[in-house]
Amino acid sequence: MTEIDYAALAREAGLERVGARPPLPAYLKEMWERRHFATRLARYRIEAQLSQNRLGLGWVVLSPLLQAAVYGFVFGLIMDRGSRAGLNFIPFLVTGFFVFQFFAQSFSQGARSITGNASLVRSLGFPRMLLPVSAVIRNLYELVPMMVVLAFILVGYGEYPSWSWLLVPAVLFFMMLFNAGIALIAARLTVHLRDFTQIVPIITRLILYMTGIFYSLELVLADNPPWMLTLAQLNPVHDYIQMVRSMVLEGQEFNTLILVTGIVGGIAVFIGGIVFFWSAEERYGRD
Amino acid sequence: MTDKQTPTVVVDNLHVDYKIFASGKAAKDRRSLLSRQRGVRVVHALKGVSFTAYEGESIGVIGHNGSGKSTLMRAVAGLQQPVKGAVYASSRPSLLGVNAALLSDLTGEKNVILGGLALGMTPEEVEERYDSIVEFSGIREFMDLPMQAYSSGMAARLRFSIAISRNHQILLVDEALAVGDKEFREKSEQRIRDLREEAGTVFLVSHSMRSIMETCTRVIWIDHGTLKMDGEPSEVIREYKKST
Repeated sequence: MTEIDYAALAREAGLERVGARPPLPAYLKEMWERRHFATRLARYRIEAQLSQNRLGLGWVVLSPLLQAAVYGFVFGLIMDRGSRAGLNFIPFLVTGFFVFQFFAQSFSQGARSITGNASLVRSLGFPRMLLPVSAVIRNLYELVPMMVVLAFILVGYGEYPSWSWLLVPAVLFFMMLFNAGIALIAARLTVHLRDFTQIVPIITRLILYMTGIFYSLELVLADNPPWMLTLAQLNPVHDYIQMVRSMVLEGQEFNTLILVTGIVGGIAVFIGGIVFFWSAEERYGRD
Repeated sequence: MTDKQTPTVVVDNLHVDYKIFASGKAAKDRRSLLSRQRGVRVVHALKGVSFTAYEGESIGVIGHNGSGKSTLMRAVAGLQQPVKGAVYASSRPSLLGVNAALLSDLTGEKNVILGGLALGMTPEEVEERYDSIVEFSGIREFMDLPMQAYSSGMAARLRFSIAISRNHQILLVDEALAVGDKEFREKSEQRIRDLREEAGTVFLVSHSMRSIMETCTRVIWIDHGTLKMDGEPSEVIREYKKST
């Protein structure tokens, strides 16, 4: 048998290399064409999870509410009151925790989105970015009933609706960009190094404490050198939560640093996440 | 092969490795945690396979268990990245494998919809074809059960039905028909022949020589990761049977 130049043969016939990573614009276009897959998958995942529980949709709200209750018990009753002097504590805690859940769940589900759907990744060819994006969409869906319940809790504790409530979706939009970027980065890291899943809860816990869910960072750090508070406010998760709090609670404020970090951080992490995830597209499903 | 035929798939000196986490004796070469994962053994599943497939061909792929047939199919479908060499194709090949469920905790109905969307159909197209997909699978009464409750045969039927609902230029079928019953297998083989007549190319991995003789125009024999023989079905199968 003579040696055949297969690559030249393929070129002549106009064939393209299979599995080659498309350029970013083409990749994103293909993503957009299949966006319904991501939204449907998000919806079905919620339905599948809930159909196994008697309380169904109730758990979407009940689970973070119970967790918030645990933190409320520990930090509201047992711990010293100095960290939250003058705060309407229950609305402060629940607002912070509900918004934090959006980040924490997007992060952990995003990290598992490729490795946890191995059979799907191995059997069908589609832009892999749909999976982590779908995880974020799922949490966005779950955020809606949580925000409704939050509104009732706020009113119950004497925080009445104002026009500033209407700005909350704008903050959550930038938070969604940030979460999507984080989910994409975590998804790729998990594929490279399975051990990453073990670290995700620890990172989440660390961010939980750094974010100031059950104490006010602004109060706790008031007596420390100002650079410490500045450093704390460079954490976008804290910034989104603080902005939401300042819109729905009396006496909560945010400054320019928080606003700029929130917006710039969200956009930068989103774009960075897309590029980071896309550049390893050929490797997913390979193990 | 005459020059008039149009190539649809070109496989050029394809090498594929698997990294396996081994333990015990197999994991002897331990390196540091940071430089490399410990206990990883590299298995060379394909060692330089080359061939060209043409329009209207249906190619049977045979070989012993572990010879690299499924790996070859996964690499042709672009689901496995080669370490060396490349696969070129006129359109994205789609693979029908044995790993049954797409999303095992979701119902058959939702798997049909998600599968269709993942294949690039619009929601309207999925809705339009939903009935014909379910009809072809012949398991309409189980559509509201989660796929993990399906038998392997039922899951394979549903997957096959989802995959063929879209017109593929290049279809790879990896043992997917082996678990179906006689009636479904005949229906599927007919669909494969139709597809070939529409100028598509079909690869069929099977241990059933009868099935290969009936549907294939050419047979490739993969042995220990290399291409051992490529030619007329009757000839290759005769040689293959002699070796076992």
